Amino acid sequence: MLNIFKIALRNLSRYKRRTILVGLLIALGVVAVQVFVAASGSYKTLIVSQITDAMLGHIQIHKKGYLVSIENVPMNQNIPQHGVATIEKILKETPGVETFSMRIRLGGMISNYTETTNLRLYGIDPVREYKTVPLLPKRIISGSSDLPPGHILVPQMLARGLNLKVGDPVVIIATNKDGSVNGKQFTVGGIVESAPGPGGRDGYIGIADAAEILRMEEPEVSEIAVRVKNFNNLKAVYADLEKRLPGGTAGAGCAPIGTTIAGGGKGGLEIHSWEKLSPFANIAKMIDLLTVFIKIMLIAIVLISVLDVMMMSVYERTREIGTLAAIGTLPGKIVAMFVIEGGLLGLFGAIAGNILGFAGILAIRATHYTFSFGMREGFVLDPSMRMGDVLFVSTVVVLISILGSLQPALKASRLEPIKALKSV
Amino acid sequence: MHIVVAENVSKTYETGAVAVPALKNVSFSINTGSIVSFIGPSGSGKTTLLNLIGCLDRATSGKLDIAGTDTAKLDRKGGARFRGNTIGFIFQDFNMVPILTVYENVEYPLLMVRAAPAGERKKLVLDLLEAVGMLDQKDKFPDQISGGQKQRAAIARALVTRPKLVLADEPTANLDHATAHKVLSLLKKIRDDHGTTFIFSTHDPKIVDEAEVIYTLEDGVLAGSRERKGVEHA
Repeated sequence: MLNIFKIALRNLSRYKRRTILVGLLIALGVVAVQVFVAASGSYKTLIVSQITDAMLGHIQIHKKGYLVSIENVPMNQNIPQHGVATIEKILKETPGVETFSMRIRLGGMISNYTETTNLRLYGIDPVREYKTVPLLPKRIISGSSDLPPGHILVPQMLARGLNLKVGDPVVIIATNKDGSVNGKQFTVGGIVESAPGPGGRDGYIGIADAAEILRMEEPEVSEIAVRVKNFNNLKAVYADLEKRLPGGTAGAGCAPIGTTIAGGGKGGLEIHSWEKLSPFANIAKMIDLLTVFIKIMLIAIVLISVLDVMMMSVYERTREIGTLAAIGTLPGKIVAMFVIEGGLLGLFGAIAGNILGFAGILAIRATHYTFSFGMREGFVLDPSMRMGDVLFVSTVVVLISILGSLQPALKASRLEPIKALKSV
Repeated sequence: MHIVVAENVSKTYETGAVAVPALKNVSFSINTGSIVSFIGPSGSGKTTLLNLIGCLDRATSGKLDIAGTDTAKLDRKGGARFRGNTIGFIFQDFNMVPILTVYENVEYPLLMVRAAPAGERKKLVLDLLEAVGMLDQKDKFPDQISGGQKQRAAIARALVTRPKLVLADEPTANLDHATAHKVLSLLKKIRDDHGTTFIFSTHDPKIVDEAEVIYTLEDGVLAGSRERKGVEHA
């Protein structure tokens, strides 16, 4: 086998210019893939972390049916206190869960005594919330993140419209699930940067204040945001939670929430990962799709260039193939010679491409390229080349090169020696 | 003992609707260990016959046994294996592999066809290169040596596996008189030592003179044969 490698290498070096050109073409394809994967991966990670670590959390748990009417902030779809205790116990027992935060969501009106507008509020325990969505405090552009009782974090766009500053008094008016309208005076404790998308009008108050304004006889929870220990294991943790939670899909052992939690209610819980909760998941999917397309382009480049160069090789070396066949070289060895030659061409291209790609990624890092997301600016693109991507792309390139050289190799092995020897 | 037995062998080339007969009902047999020459004018069928004996081509009709094997029954793989084990070729145009050195060209059949051990390979290759006077050229590539040197290397490559049968198309065409004489002496020595059969297609009187049996082909028909001592056969 080593001798076949030696012959393949000699044949590659025989047509140096052609080998270098095709190798460079493959290398350019690999560079494009590696740089795009690294840059888009960095962009995607930044976006996802902004969405999950600053707003949503990784996973959310609601009472079944809550999500379809989430825009209405349905009060009658809250999880009752004893149900919350059950879920809290399950979450603490789930190994992949790092922490979680209970939230009461409500819709209401905010007034600065001269103007009034609508907003949506999260009633939160700030300590637990900031552990679950650790980037939330960084979104507070003025004031304090402490959120003591009677204080509110006002979204930036409303603060601007209502001309609110830290320390200003405001009144929040909300309707509870019985239909009665309640109001409470708050002090602006901080201005929170508006989230991109539909969360732009979301403000924050303490969970006790939310319960008070909604006149809850016993504390209820609209949603539970969950943070997992390792984001890469999100799917596994999600599946684990889905099994453990009442009303989950696992069946056995999962009593419906109607009997276990809601006390007379029907239906169980629903659990969603961030992708289901944020429209920005589509951007992430689009990035993944573009990555697939660029990988397909690489495959096409490699396949066409290797196929072309190997077909040319067979054509040029027909007489030589005839000689090798005449002196007894088995067809399988002739196939191996060409396939290994194509595979080595792909390997050299992949090695060169990975080196050039790494240099390109270092260059991007050196430029400190920045972009904005939502209302925040100055996100620095921080691309990196993962060993997994290097191995995957290199393996694909070599395999496609082998595939590309297979047809010419088979053609070479099937040449009639007598016809091949007569070739000029 | 016959190494080649041909019975009514014919070969016709189909060129579109036109059938061109190259060999017509040729019958002969060749004894093991003999040196045989096929002579005749261009287009008489010499090369076609050598190709059939070398299992590089198939007869249209008739029966051709080589070393006890019916060549009609060999498939592509079987044919390659049979050639590698039984037959050595000396091509008129040398057909050296350009990316291999002289040494590697001669070694190739042992390495890639016979898978002979390294020590045995080295000894056989060096012995043959010395015998054909190419030992000092062994590290050169084919484009660095002359036509005569290529021919000698090609002869070494054909003999290195110690085949039962060697087919040679004008083997001394590119050699000077002294080298041709040396090569012919080598071929005879190998025949004497190993019982190798040599079949030549040639116009070279030196080869014809060395052949023990000479077959004459004319227009694809075996016109006659004679032994070296001048015995004519009808």
